[in-house]
Order: sequence, then structure tokens, then C-alpha cells
Amino acid sequence: MTPTDPATAAPAPTAPHPHMAAQVRWRTVEYVFWLATLLPFVVAPDYLALASQIAITALFALSLDLILGYAGIVSLGHAAFFGFGAYAAGLVSKWGWGEPLSGLLIAGLAAGLLGYLMSFVIARFRHLALIMITLGFGLLLLEAANSASGLTGGADGLQGVKMWPVLGLFKFDLYGFTAYWYALIVLFVFFLMARRLINSPFGLSLRGIRENPVRMRAIGAESGPHIRKIYTIAAFMAGVAGAVLTQTTETVSLGVLDFQRSADILVILILGGAGRLYGGLIGAIIYMIARDWFSGVNPQYWYFPIGVLLIAVVLFLPNGMLGGIAQLIDTVRGRRWFGWLTSPPPWLRSGSKP
Amino acid sequence: MRKSLAALLGATALLAVSASANAQDTIKIGLIMTLSGQFADAGIQMENGVKAYMKEHGDTVAGKKIEIIRKDSGGMAPDVAKRLAQELVVRDKVDIIAGFVLTPNALAAGDVSAEAKKFMVVMNAATSIVTAKSPYMVRSSVTLPQVAETFGTWAATKGKLKKSYTMVTDYGPGHDFEAGFQRAFKEAGGEISGSVRFPIANPDFSAFIQRAKDLNPESIMVFVPGGAQPAALGKAFAERGVDPAKTKILGSGETTSEQALKSMGDASLGIITAWHYEYTDKLAKNVAFVKLFNEMHKRNPDFFSIGGYDGMHIIYESLKKSGGKTDGDSLIAAAKGLKWESPRGPMSIDPETRDVVQTIYIRKVEKVNGEPQNVPFDKIDNVKDPVKARMPK
Repeated sequence: MTPTDPATAAPAPTAPHPHMAAQVRWRTVEYVFWLATLLPFVVAPDYLALASQIAITALFALSLDLILGYAGIVSLGHAAFFGFGAYAAGLVSKWGWGEPLSGLLIAGLAAGLLGYLMSFVIARFRHLALIMITLGFGLLLLEAANSASGLTGGADGLQGVKMWPVLGLFKFDLYGFTAYWYALIVLFVFFLMARRLINSPFGLSLRGIRENPVRMRAIGAESGPHIRKIYTIAAFMAGVAGAVLTQTTETVSLGVLDFQRSADILVILILGGAGRLYGGLIGAIIYMIARDWFSGVNPQYWYFPIGVLLIAVVLFLPNGMLGGIAQLIDTVRGRRWFGWLTSPPPWLRSGSKP
Repeated sequence: MRKSLAALLGATALLAVSASANAQDTIKIGLIMTLSGQFADAGIQMENGVKAYMKEHGDTVAGKKIEIIRKDSGGMAPDVAKRLAQELVVRDKVDIIAGFVLTPNALAAGDVSAEAKKFMVVMNAATSIVTAKSPYMVRSSVTLPQVAETFGTWAATKGKLKKSYTMVTDYGPGHDFEAGFQRAFKEAGGEISGSVRFPIANPDFSAFIQRAKDLNPESIMVFVPGGAQPAALGKAFAERGVDPAKTKILGSGETTSEQALKSMGDASLGIITAWHYEYTDKLAKNVAFVKLFNEMHKRNPDFFSIGGYDGMHIIYESLKKSGGKTDGDSLIAAAKGLKWESPRGPMSIDPETRDVVQTIYIRKVEKVNGEPQNVPFDKIDNVKDPVKARMPK
């Protein structure tokens, strides 16, 4: 579902196949978005290092969106997989294999395996219990990495990460040129995968499970296996995001597993709009640029304007930036009146779609 | 509507701001510090030290104006620190990178310094290996082994202690301090009668101290991070009835920092610590520095401040020696072997390791004018980083 799709707010009573085909179709605004991601190369070549970290954060947010936005699995410990992938990529390089692409795959598989094991626990719980479990799991992994300082380097961070040039040709440079296009391509590939996934029948079942797991079971779609599958896929993606961070910066420290990172990514997703394909991407762009800008203006108290921004978003755009834009478009087209600005958010009313 | 939406997205994705022109008569220094989060106060005190030096010595060196660009790396975030260093070099065109409270951040930025051949001054980050990361890096603060091993040797020789029980916080610097102290103590003929590590978050010290007390050791060596923990530790020692006359309590300077002593009160009396700086030192230079610092910032300097202060001294003196040349090679050549009188005493930069060489003071907490203070009663001059001294050349 794309942000500007009017069908989001008011599903047209079409037959299933044309309806789904309409969802999969690429829209102009999507082409424009992806073309715009190339602009930093031309317009802001001094900002490529930041741009690469935005792309990494966007990939991480997209992976959280798959489980939180689409399958309704609340997670406060998603950095566990990000960090696991980051350390896996770092260790592979430290042990003498600095080839980026295979390193990426190994790190993704490692995080995916961890996610698969975790998913058996995750699939048994919902809501508050999940918050506790994912939070505890994240903290445990952080503490384990801290204790295993022989392997991870502990509080000093992992030393000796050295990447070979991508494809043997492109060295990670000081200007972040390679870093950005590398991160961008990885993001785009996984975005295509996620887009395909959520528009598939599997993706539709996930949304069904998010809305009403009991009913989905009654119509023959058991939630457990679905949740295990999507959780593993999301863990794989988060691991890849972590690995890209390791590879482009050639550093890993305990910060990649920190609770702060799990919380930040949740905030980013909510800011952009959970349950929307571009939510995490827009959230990452806005949050990271705002952070860079505010902390440049005042390195000491930059959290304050960020906090104000978040409060404003939660108050006035409860469905995130993209949710707000979708509503605005509806209003402009006369489908809805401005009442939504003051009325309770739709997801608070029972029976309505978020 | 879609067009304008796309335009909005495009505009957000860019935020294009052109870098300002690099004027020939200014020297830009990028300061990367932790100014938000858990380590914010450390970053602020470091910056206070930098400001004090610039107030004292003016902002013009070798005919060029010094311009400071501050950046916040948040907490322990080497990826952010590295990106900030990259941006400072490629976008802001800084000539010198400095700051760094935490080791991982300094290590990550070291890569940038090495690649871009930029002079880098580490003003705190105390793990030994930091300066090995870039040939253009010097350190103005201290290294943990410098304190820990010096203290271990002192305790076993001049301190006349035979046995020690070590208690450290279970995190990187704690492990380093434990290893350094134990190694030097044993080499000098002492015996470690046992050791324990506290969890880093909200530890309850009583159980640990009771266990140590039951062993009735001759001395206990503690290392905890600054902040609220030293006070809790001091109270636990008093509550469990550890008698400082019978059992010597040893620690690093952070254990008896100004704030810690305030909240510990009389429980702190008799604790022996090793450190490289104390704001109560009577050296004329230090008295003047503390006075200026208090006028400017309404508080006393700590070891973060002196790291920032002496870091600026290294930058100023290197620039003078190089005649205003700002390339990494000229500046590092000028910085090697630099010797000066700091508020903390005589110090220099080791030409081989580019690390700090300084006096380590052995202090005891005593009452001065009714307040507990660290009073130095012994010192070891010209201490080099022992870890790098052992490394094969």
C-alpha cells in the first residue's frame, strides 16, 4: 500500500484480483522518490556519509515495519538483530574475510537464524508480554556481548575490521561515496523484496493476523507459522542493515545492541507511519536529518526540538507523516473533512482499519 | 498533488547547505564530544577546559585565528563519531580533530585521521591502544594502565602492602584497571588474595564488601565509574565496618572525585588513590587555572577539563612550532617531544608513542578546613604508558 493510495482509506469494492493488481502497480510518486534518492550524489556530495547512515536506518526501520506495522508484533528489542548482524559482519572481516557482499549474506543469515530461534517464543505471545520479552532479550544480548570481551572487544568495540573494496573495485572512501551507493542498493533490493512480500497473499494474511488472529485461525490461517516466517525475515533484514553499518564505517561497538537503538527505530517508524511501506523510509529521512541539523545548531540541547517534533507528530498525525498526508489528500479530494484533526485517531475506534 | 508531494520529499532528502569557504587566515578545530546523554557532563567539562585555555591564551596563534566547531557524538557511538569526523574533514574542512571522551569513539575517528592525514588530539579516552590507530594522533589526558600499574607497583613497594583484594566494575575500563593493578602488584612481589567484579547497573555493594571483609585482607583496591557509585561504595564500607586503619582502601582518582567526596563525607577519610590531576593542587599554575575556571564556569575543573586544557596547549604549541602550517605531518612532528608545565605538573609527549608522559600522584583523603580532600603525599615522575613500553618496537 502506498501512502497516496486512496484505496487505503476507502477500499473500492473491486474484485480481489484487479484490487491487488492495483496495489502492486508502481506509482509516479514512487519513481520520483527513488530517483530523488540519487540526488545527494549531485546536490549534496558533502553529505554522503550522512545519507548512507540514513539508508541503513531506513532498511532497519523497514524490517521493523514488517513485523510491527504489518504483523502487529510489538518489539522493543529489534536492535538485537541489528547488532548481531553488525558483530557477525565485523567478526567475519576480522577473521580475514573482508569481502563485503558475502559478509553481508553471512551476517544476514546469522541474524536470521537467531530470529528463527526467537520466533518460537515470539509467536506464542502478543502485546504487553512481547514488549517485556523483546526488551529482556535485547538487554541479555547486550550484556552477553559486553561479557564476551575476548570475542567482541567489549566496551572498547571490535578492533581490526577491514573491508575489501566492493566487487574488488570500489574502496570505501572518506567522502562516503561508495558507502552511500552500496547502502542505497542494499536498501532498494530489500525494499523490492518487502514490497513483493506484503502485496502477496502471505502479506495479506499477516495484516489479517494483525487485525484479528482468532478470526484468521477460524478461516484456516494459523497465525504461528506466519509470524515465525515474517519474524525470521525481519531479523535477516535487520542483520543486513547492521552489517552494512559495520562495513561502511569499519567499526562495531556495544552501541549497536543498545536499547536506545531499539527505541529510536520504533520512534522513527511511528514518525513516518507504521504499516506503510514508505513509513520507515520517510521516518528515517526526517529523523536523521532533523537530528543532524538540530545537533549542528546546538550540540548540547538538540534533544529538545526532537522531542517537540515527536509530540507534535503523535498529537496531530497519530498515523505518522504518511498517515497524515494520506488523510490530507482525502480531505482535499472531499472524501473527509478536517474533523480528523480533532477526533480520536481511527485505530482507537473499534472496528476500523488503522 | 502528487507532484508537490514529490517535491516535498525531494527537498527533505536533500537539505543542501553548501560548505563555507575556507579562509586562509583561520584554523578550524573540530571538537567531537559527548554533549548529550549519560556522558554529557564529561563532554561539558572538557569543553569548559578548552574554553578556559582559549580565554587565557587568546584565539590567535601564529597569526591565524582559531575557530572551534563543536559536534555531539551522543554516548558510545563510534559510527556517529566516525561520520562526524568524516564530515568535519570533507565538509567543514577542519585542520585538526580533537575531543573524544570515550575510547570507541576515539578509535573510530582515528581511522579518519589516518586516512585524511589530519592532526588529532585525544582529550580523554584512556584505553592504551587508542593512539596506535593513527600516526597523526596525540593524547593529552591519561592512560588507565599509566595509573593502574604505577599504583600497583607503588602499593607493593613504597606502600608496603603484601596482599590485596581487588574489586572492580564489570566493564571495559574496570577490566583494564584490574589487569593493570594486579600485574604490577604481583611483579613487585605482592599477592592478590582474591578479586570480584560488580555489575555496572545499580550494584548493591554491601554483599561484596561483606565477602571482602570476611577474608580480612590487608588492602582492598576498588575501581568504580564516577558519578553516584563512589558514594554508595564509601557508605557500604562504613556500614560494614571496614576499618581504614586496619584495611587500606585503594582506588583510582574517579573513586574520590569532588562530587564523590561530597556525598561520602567522613566515610571517605583514609582512602588512598592514584591520579594525575586534582583541582586542589597547590601549584601556582593550577591555582590560577582553577580561579579562571571558576570565574568562567562557576564550578571546579576535573580531569576532563585538564584533558581539554592541555589538549589545546598541544594544539597551540604545535601550531607555533610549525609556523602555522596545518598539515598532519608538520603538526605531529611539532607535537612529538613537546614539554611543558601544566596545571597538573610537568608533562611531555613521548616522541615514540605520541602518548602523554606525566607525574602520577599518590593521594590520601584527609580533612582540610573541615572538608575531605585528596592530599598528595607521594608522586612518581615521568610515567609513560606501560602497555606501549612493553610492546616490541
